[in-house]
Amino acid sequence: MAQFSSRIWREFPQRYRLEASKFKKSGKTYYPPRDIDPTNGDTENEIVRLPDTGKVVTYTVIRVAPSQWGDQSPYALAVVEPTDGTRVMVQMTDCDVEEVKIGMEVRLEFRRIQTEAHSGVLSYGHKAVPKWF
Amino acid sequence: MAGIVGYGAHIPRHRIKVEEIAKVWGADAPSYKKGLMLREKSVPPPDMDTITLSVEAARRALIRAQNVDPKDIGAVYIGSESHPYAVKPSGTTVAEAIGATPDIHCADFEFACKAGSEAMFVALSHVDAGHMKYALGIAADTSQGAPSDALEFSAAAGAAAFIMGKENLIAECLDQFSYMNDVPDFWRREHEFYPQHAGRFTGEEAYFATTRGASNALLKKSGLKPSDFKYAIFHQPNGKFPQRVSRELGFTQEQIDPGWLAPRLGNTYSGASPIGLSATLDVSEPGDLIFMCSYGSGAGSDAFIWKVTDRINEVRDLTVRTHKLIDENLIYVDYGTYAKYRHKIKKNN
Repeated sequence: MAQFSSRIWREFPQRYRLEASKFKKSGKTYYPPRDIDPTNGDTENEIVRLPDTGKVVTYTVIRVAPSQWGDQSPYALAVVEPTDGTRVMVQMTDCDVEEVKIGMEVRLEFRRIQTEAHSGVLSYGHKAVPKWF
Repeated sequence: MAGIVGYGAHIPRHRIKVEEIAKVWGADAPSYKKGLMLREKSVPPPDMDTITLSVEAARRALIRAQNVDPKDIGAVYIGSESHPYAVKPSGTTVAEAIGATPDIHCADFEFACKAGSEAMFVALSHVDAGHMKYALGIAADTSQGAPSDALEFSAAAGAAAFIMGKENLIAECLDQFSYMNDVPDFWRREHEFYPQHAGRFTGEEAYFATTRGASNALLKKSGLKPSDFKYAIFHQPNGKFPQRVSRELGFTQEQIDPGWLAPRLGNTYSGASPIGLSATLDVSEPGDLIFMCSYGSGAGSDAFIWKVTDRINEVRDLTVRTHKLIDENLIYVDYGTYAKYRHKIKKNN
């Protein structure tokens, strides 16, 4: 149980604030953030925050979900490209799986991601919702 | 005096109609709709709670605040009767998510439906006293109503966030008055899932007496009369109460209209009058005076007088307007889905 608390805590910057690492030489941004650019070994980077709007690049529909997401199935997991060109994998919410389309515009919204059983910690982060404003 | 430098709201897209709840319990929908003056209410999906609503509302407040660095926010106060944890603050998660940690003071407030205006009042007071440059007061709730109870038709979800400061104001707080007395009209004991209320006793002796007490005292203190205001917002446990109390105090329907949200949003508890203020700021013009009076059972009211500045024209459309969140792109759910979303169905763990 304690594993869950400490693991999500280490990831708060990326989960809560969509923090990513932008590398100096290649100009590439990675989410979740990396210490080393895998294309050239560069370590010089700065932390940037991803834009909160983007497009669905691809997606898959989960119909048989892990237990903590069982009540939400079917749902889509999507690779979303925020407007800066980075890619993030997020759960889609506030829409039926039939509505999800490649290229659809989405907004990344702060949501509850999972709960640790009945009485454990709550884990927060971002999900993608259809962009309508 | 200090005032609002940024504001924002967030409301779930999901709604349930009075008819849908009434048919499950054999209740007469037309009489509930007429009696409560309420058509439908917002429903939070399972991945939305007081913390997530607060984060989105706070982010919109930061957008409208324009050049406020989250690191300059000295406090995050969240008023709610539905904090997700019994023990663990909502404020630290919200502060972390907006990038305001760690040099900050956080506190979660509770006072039935008045917790939100309380958070706003304390945030405003700290800024006014010079303790900090900015303070964030958030009003948020995902309220529960017991199945078949009258409250089930109204208990809704939503949030509004206000960044208080002293410079570049959108609305200055000209005056404030609070009024408290012990009234056992609505409560939830520890470990209980649903709140309880004292039926008709929640009206005259509780909501009306307290709202009038704070409102009349603030009008007297400020030397202003209802006709001096462009708009007024009152706590709205249903559509009827704010309409009646505003009439009794001498305000008109036109004055309460922009912030009179309960008929199509339900009772957002701590969020009610603060979301009403957010919706009213969206349509206000420089120089407008806005009267606001919250109410929380137990019981108390915080009343404020806001004066809108020129900056409103610059910021109101930097992010989504509150009325758009209330009226557009809605997802209607049936009672079964609503019961599942609100954890009203017993399951094995």
